[in-house]
Amino acid sequence: MKTVNDPMNAKRKMKIVLLRALCGISAAFTCALVLFLLVYILAKGIPNLSWELLSTKPSYLSGKIGILPDILNTIYMIVATLIFVLPLGVGAAVYLTEYAKNKRIVAAIEYAAETLSGIPSIIYGLVGMLFFCQFLNMQTSLLAGALTLVIMNLPTVMRTTQESLKTVPQSYREGAFGLGAGKWRVIRTVVLPGCIDGVITGCILSVGRILGESAALLFTAGFAHTLNGFFAGLGSAGATLTVSLYVYAKEQGEFGVAFAIAAILMVLTLLVNLLAMIAGRWFKRRQKL
Amino acid sequence: MKKQKAFENFIHGIFLILGLITVGCVLLITIYLMIAGIPAIRKIGIWDFLFNPKWASTAQEPSYGILPFILTSIYGTAGAILIGVPIGFLTSVYLAKLAPEKIRTVVSGAVSLLAGIPSVVYGLVGMMVLVPGIRNLFHIPDGASLFAAIIVLAIMILPSIINVSITALEAVPKEYEDASLALGATAVETYFKVSVPAAKSGIAAAVVLGVGRAIGEAMAVMMVSGNAPNLPELFGSVRFLTTAVASEMSYSSGLQRQALFSIALVLFLFIMLINAALNFFLKRSKE
Repeated sequence: MKTVNDPMNAKRKMKIVLLRALCGISAAFTCALVLFLLVYILAKGIPNLSWELLSTKPSYLSGKIGILPDILNTIYMIVATLIFVLPLGVGAAVYLTEYAKNKRIVAAIEYAAETLSGIPSIIYGLVGMLFFCQFLNMQTSLLAGALTLVIMNLPTVMRTTQESLKTVPQSYREGAFGLGAGKWRVIRTVVLPGCIDGVITGCILSVGRILGESAALLFTAGFAHTLNGFFAGLGSAGATLTVSLYVYAKEQGEFGVAFAIAAILMVLTLLVNLLAMIAGRWFKRRQKL
Repeated sequence: MKKQKAFENFIHGIFLILGLITVGCVLLITIYLMIAGIPAIRKIGIWDFLFNPKWASTAQEPSYGILPFILTSIYGTAGAILIGVPIGFLTSVYLAKLAPEKIRTVVSGAVSLLAGIPSVVYGLVGMMVLVPGIRNLFHIPDGASLFAAIIVLAIMILPSIINVSITALEAVPKEYEDASLALGATAVETYFKVSVPAAKSGIAAAVVLGVGRAIGEAMAVMMVSGNAPNLPELFGSVRFLTTAVASEMSYSSGLQRQALFSIALVLFLFIMLINAALNFFLKRSKE
């Protein structure tokens, strides 16, 4: 029975259908966008990948381009950054959850971490250049780049560690104290083993960020494509994959190489995301046990 | 016992230092930007620096006005927000409230992939797809323009907006929604008239976060915006605050180099303002 005052009149129904459709369309659009990016980059990049590209360095004599130095530089950059950022981030998190009693210091540290995560990477690059390359006289080098990235990734590692420290039950700590252990012993034997989940998550997230970073490295780590070992590499300038993608695409017009690097980066990003998801699920399940 | 105590204090001290390193980094960045950025502003004059519409750093008689960069950054960010926020917001409502579990997992995975793609890859795709597309579609000589940058930025801020909005929408107490449903509103009406207003601080935080991401992006924008220091025009070649720093840094010297640091200082001040706004909204959404 339809009356004039039917609560579900046509206008209201229309509005509901329209809103629902708009939501669905937006979500579909977002998905389509990701799918397009993925397919487009892989389709353009994979045909340009070859063993020669992956296993050689650029040669002016033959005019051929190889990206082995860039791959190695990226790995060095990840390793060097993690070596520094893990102790610093974990230490800061342990201080915040285990030691800090002064509320002002806690507020200052947390505010600082939030500020750091909002600063754009180009500013990190600039300050890294001024402080590490010029003031500390490291020149343009992978080490200077890595130290810049340490500052960038510090809040990430700190936050993930903090989250996992909160899940260590208070009773564990009390139990250890009750047995007569000192504070440091409690932290070493009870607290630190409990935050391994957070450290691993922080590592994965940091690796993702380091892989994708370019603006902060442009002026700190430079553009060189020399083939180096780990320690020699740290001391000299070198381009990571993202930086060399930029240089090949924007300054040299080598779009084939640029797409090949983009495809590699895309696959790595997928892997990092997958790893983060698997780790997250695994840790959640373990916590429930 | 005394030895034990001293040792514990020593360890405490080490952790305190590790904790204060973050604060030290923020101070380091702030102080370095001030030291590097202020001299050029003093030499050029703050009024001339901020509001002179002409940037000609390598000319015979150099002119250092960064008004074009400031306006471009503001217009570009506004454009990206105008396009990105509606799409991101509606997607987040769909994901948080409407989507079945399976679709939700897939779409969230897609969104986090979007967040992980390096900015140079966005720049590359923009260069190869967007720029030629705009050139052909609008019949202009070069597609590298503010418009191309706006689209790239809109896509890049999507994940931040979606993720923060979802968190806010999921935090809305279930009682609110139940009450609305019990009064006879349909599910969709409830989400838009009850859940969204209840989550409005969190959604505002999402928008502010998007603004911060857009204004700070450098590499992707550099690859699609043409990079000429013009006053902003939708289909003209433009330069942002971020790209102004990046594009001249490698060959700059003297006052020009100092002026680039000053631009970074201006950008930093913008970011600090945005951070303050973000904190304000996040705090309110927690209450």
